[in-house]
Amino acid sequence: MARQVKDRDLIQIYETMLRIRLFEERVIHLYPGEEIRTPVHLCVGQEAIAAGVCHNLLKGDYLFTNHRCHGHCLAKGMSMSSIMAELYGKRTGCCKGKGGSMHLSDPDKYILATSAIVGGNIPMAVGAGLALKFRKGRNISVVFFGDGAVDEGAFYESLNFAALKKLPVLFVCENNFYATNSPQWARQPLDNIFKKGEIFGIKGFRCDGNDAAETFKTSKKLIEKIRNGSGPYLMECRTYRWKGHVGPDCDFEKGCRPKYELETWLKKCPVMRLEAKLLKKGLLTGAKIEKIRRRIRQKIARSEVFAKRSRFPAAGEVYADVYWKG
Amino acid sequence: MPWTEVAVDRAIKRLSSADKNAGGRVLSYREALREALHQALKRDPRVFIMGEGVDDPLGIFGSTVGLHREFPGGRVFDTPIAENGLTGFAVGAALAGMRPVLVHMRMDFLPLSFDQIINHASKLCYMSGGRVHVPLVIRAIIGRGWGSAAQHSQSLQALFMHMPGIKVVVPSSAYDAKGLLLSSIADDNPVIVIEHRWLYDIKGGVPAKEYIIPIGKGVIRRPGRSATVLAVSLMVSEAMEAAKKLKEDGIDVEIIDPRSLVPFDWEIVVDSVKKTGRLVIADLGWRSGGAAEIILGRIHNKIRGYLKADVQIVALPDTPTPSCQRLERAFYRGSEDIVKAVKKTYGLHKR
Repeated sequence: MARQVKDRDLIQIYETMLRIRLFEERVIHLYPGEEIRTPVHLCVGQEAIAAGVCHNLLKGDYLFTNHRCHGHCLAKGMSMSSIMAELYGKRTGCCKGKGGSMHLSDPDKYILATSAIVGGNIPMAVGAGLALKFRKGRNISVVFFGDGAVDEGAFYESLNFAALKKLPVLFVCENNFYATNSPQWARQPLDNIFKKGEIFGIKGFRCDGNDAAETFKTSKKLIEKIRNGSGPYLMECRTYRWKGHVGPDCDFEKGCRPKYELETWLKKCPVMRLEAKLLKKGLLTGAKIEKIRRRIRQKIARSEVFAKRSRFPAAGEVYADVYWKG
Repeated sequence: MPWTEVAVDRAIKRLSSADKNAGGRVLSYREALREALHQALKRDPRVFIMGEGVDDPLGIFGSTVGLHREFPGGRVFDTPIAENGLTGFAVGAALAGMRPVLVHMRMDFLPLSFDQIINHASKLCYMSGGRVHVPLVIRAIIGRGWGSAAQHSQSLQALFMHMPGIKVVVPSSAYDAKGLLLSSIADDNPVIVIEHRWLYDIKGGVPAKEYIIPIGKGVIRRPGRSATVLAVSLMVSEAMEAAKKLKEDGIDVEIIDPRSLVPFDWEIVVDSVKKTGRLVIADLGWRSGGAAEIILGRIHNKIRGYLKADVQIVALPDTPTPSCQRLERAFYRGSEDIVKAVKKTYGLHKR
């Protein structure tokens, strides 16, 4: 790893992680009220990847994510209010109530389309990389996907083409070891996702997806290379989702996962890990953390008020936007 | 924008006279397609062409031949054989501001890319509340004959008529091949351009200038008074043939070419049936759930009061395409079937 991570970066990444964590926790709290009527795929426990990678992104870098998209979108700078309003199905939502939780997108933030078809986002990210190559800039395209997407043909088709055309794409696999309830070992013969680009000449790196400093450092190095025309890289970030595949509950009580597994990973909480590091370094104090938390909570509360006060789209809106009219 | 000043086709008057007013300039369908691509590449730096074999010496039956040399810099490029991935790359590039043209030598390869077409290209505009759009063109060629069999001959237009968010055009003349391909590239939505391999050698008047044909406007290929034949793609020329034979029996057929299946020009068909009282729909696909049934299902209420006889459908029997010549002959439908169908609306033909 090239250089030391700057203190300022770590504090910002911490704040992003906390923003994601507190947002998701608030969604969990609100969900039983049934005002949020859209399937939520929460990323609690996986925040270090979105926060660490996106901290290296420029505004004009494209980001493609999947059904578990809240964290990536917040980390790329999407407005929390537009996300919350979308969860509430309001016309002020980022997709005017037509996308819901799984399809958050915001072209102003270069988040063009979010797919809930496993692996469906990967070719689109490569296509955006192709557009960037035609335009010859320094921007890149980043795609986040889970270990389930690695099972899809679209993943390999995308690696092949991105390598063939040397496209500015960073593939980020968030390996949380489960596709819905199917464990990785039941789907893949080898635990080597980071190596799956090698046959195409794409170098891969594995990192601890619960260590924000590491996800940041690893992606920083790769993104710099990609900006300089290296072609694509693949990152595997090993992590764990604390909640079930979908919804606000956990799933070990249903027998989907062993409880000890969750307990082991709870101890590796990415937010607490970075927090402890920052406290130890003297970069943060308990009081400062409380201040940050309060500020984020206020922001979330404002987004809730905004979402609740916003209106639903008019019924006639169901017919609009099938085709683009410019 | 580069496309706003392109002339709009005057054939909107709805008679196919446009072909004849090309200043004596005659091109084949394949040349017309190539000219459209050439002019689009020249006009708009966002346009690029990708597909298996687009830069090979044969250049998709001649429709892309040599373009990679005239437009270097990777704007016309060969691709891996990965249809779903390719479609996704094109969708992503379109989202990011490009205007890709993706070419398939056979329409039969499109099912491999259904995830990207059905779940992505067709829905992203809607899913984003109209904030993004996918200006993507997919060219697909229907094959036929010489034992092409079941996987190199399918006419799958009905599948694309089913899902909202996609436009489907079916050029049947050289003039339309150029005009509809240019309007598809200029369109801000995903458009599937369905070409028939047997049309590639037909010739017709094609103006040298760029022109676009409004998508969703049909055209009357042959005016007539006594029966309406709505014919899709290659079936237009079969219907023209049938019209000659029917004329001998004193039946004056009006032939309508819808030019695009989505959006569809309902009005031109209704107006014609009001006049003739008889309707035959001739499509290249299968009967069950095919384009003809879809059109009939939508139009029946509007024409019921004017019909002097039941609507007849000329479409493929519900079997995969056979290979040997004898079975091919039994399988495909053509001018004679249209003649029979029209006569049936007069009670003249018995099965």
